[in-house]
Amino acid sequence: MGHSRFGDRSDVNLSELTFEAVQPSLEDSGLTAKEIPYVAVGSMGVWSEEPLPAVVIAEYCGLTGAGLVRCEAACASGSAAAFNAYSAVASGQMDAAMVVGVEKMRQIDTPTALEMIGRAGYYLWEFENFGMTFPAYYAVHAVQHMAKYDTTEEDLALVAVKNHRYGAMNPLAHLQHEITVEKVLNSSVIAWPLKLYDCCPITDGTAALVLASEEKVNELGVEAPVWIEAMGFSSDTANLSKRENYVGLEASVQASRMAYKMAGISPKDVDVATVHDCFTIAEIMAYEDLGFCEKGEGASMIREGETEVGGRIPVNVDGGLKAKGHPIGTTGVSMLAELTKQLREEIKPRGRQAPMKNYTALAHNTGGTGHYCYVTILRR
Amino acid sequence: MDKPLTLKSARTLHITYNLPISRTSKFWEGLKEGKIYATKCQKCGKLHFPPVADCGDCGSSNVKWMELEGEGEIETFTQVVVKPASFSKESDYIVAIARLKEGVRALAWLIGVEREDVKVGMKVRLVARVISDGRVSYEFIPI
Repeated sequence: MGHSRFGDRSDVNLSELTFEAVQPSLEDSGLTAKEIPYVAVGSMGVWSEEPLPAVVIAEYCGLTGAGLVRCEAACASGSAAAFNAYSAVASGQMDAAMVVGVEKMRQIDTPTALEMIGRAGYYLWEFENFGMTFPAYYAVHAVQHMAKYDTTEEDLALVAVKNHRYGAMNPLAHLQHEITVEKVLNSSVIAWPLKLYDCCPITDGTAALVLASEEKVNELGVEAPVWIEAMGFSSDTANLSKRENYVGLEASVQASRMAYKMAGISPKDVDVATVHDCFTIAEIMAYEDLGFCEKGEGASMIREGETEVGGRIPVNVDGGLKAKGHPIGTTGVSMLAELTKQLREEIKPRGRQAPMKNYTALAHNTGGTGHYCYVTILRR
Repeated sequence: MDKPLTLKSARTLHITYNLPISRTSKFWEGLKEGKIYATKCQKCGKLHFPPVADCGDCGSSNVKWMELEGEGEIETFTQVVVKPASFSKESDYIVAIARLKEGVRALAWLIGVEREDVKVGMKVRLVARVISDGRVSYEFIPI
């Protein structure tokens, strides 16, 4: 695996950025670029100038000639690319494949970026006349969760405080500073009740993985390989108004059930998880939707510290989307890269290494407002 | 660190899309007359809002127009403060999702009320609105 530093990466272009993940990923796997037969790229790409990012980065990284595709599942594009590459290998058609996630979101101004993401629902019915934004989509979930389960703005702030604490320990994170509950509560309102520090930043970044068959792994003599045990997936309506409630994401429930069943495990077997915390409320809903706790009890998990290192199930101890950053198409790949390091017990500083009992990790990656969802279970 | 060097692209885009509304024209015409229409599938009975010309639930294209009374209850809401580029001239706006008594939900702006006074469970009515430049929309007003 390979993973660039996240942040404002105006110092490099799309291709140069991608090289920062692709080359270390190749070196880690023992393969050269010319030996990679298939590449799946997760990228939304509307914020940078290239409409065909996959071909541009493949040329730059020496991957031209491989089977190539760009996958779109909004913020879950990285997981969609991982599933695409995983399927190519698992079907027996390829013995290896590369997954690349890349996004350069800071080449346009913030109101235009908000516009691009706000349109990513159902344009005609939610944006044309009503100007929904991505924070607004999650804000309506926060409001109903707060009304139904007495979740508070302080509870949401606790998610940001935890994820910033781990972001401060992650040298690849976009935001490497700690914050306080007061700072979150006093930050400016973006879409009420969500405030600046409830929201993930707009981030540039890339990550890459090499997937290989068991036979190829043996041939390469990979020490301590990490295996994809299961990938579950689901989707939900484009129109938010066509859903039954706004206290969770049904696609997360369905995708995780599918993944648990395929892997033959239950939520209590998971040693460490990355969940899709694009907004603080999203992490609380994810605890519930993934079965880490009962519906409505997500806030108590964060209050009790159950999702910190040393807690019942450490979540987003890389800083999460909230502090590490959320380069949209990269996030799913970044999650799998982080969990690979967790499972190899290579995390430094050790303060954010989750203790391993079952050597089992879970990545939860949603696209849009739960429009797409992928849940991947990794095992070493 | 020195400020990174960037090249500003000389080629710019201004994109306007033409959205086909022929098959749902009664909805858009209805708004001009102050009416809000949904479509009801004549095969499976499913009521659709926003309206559709084809029923994805059962595959039938036999749908009929049905006027909604518009009364409903707010299930959730937000107030958009940081706005997308094309809404930059608007004041902060409240977007609500309400369940109408016919059973469908709608998402629209809620007007005529301060955010502090909006509550989940509040009774509202969905009404048609003609925007000054001839465009049409719909919005919630408190009952």
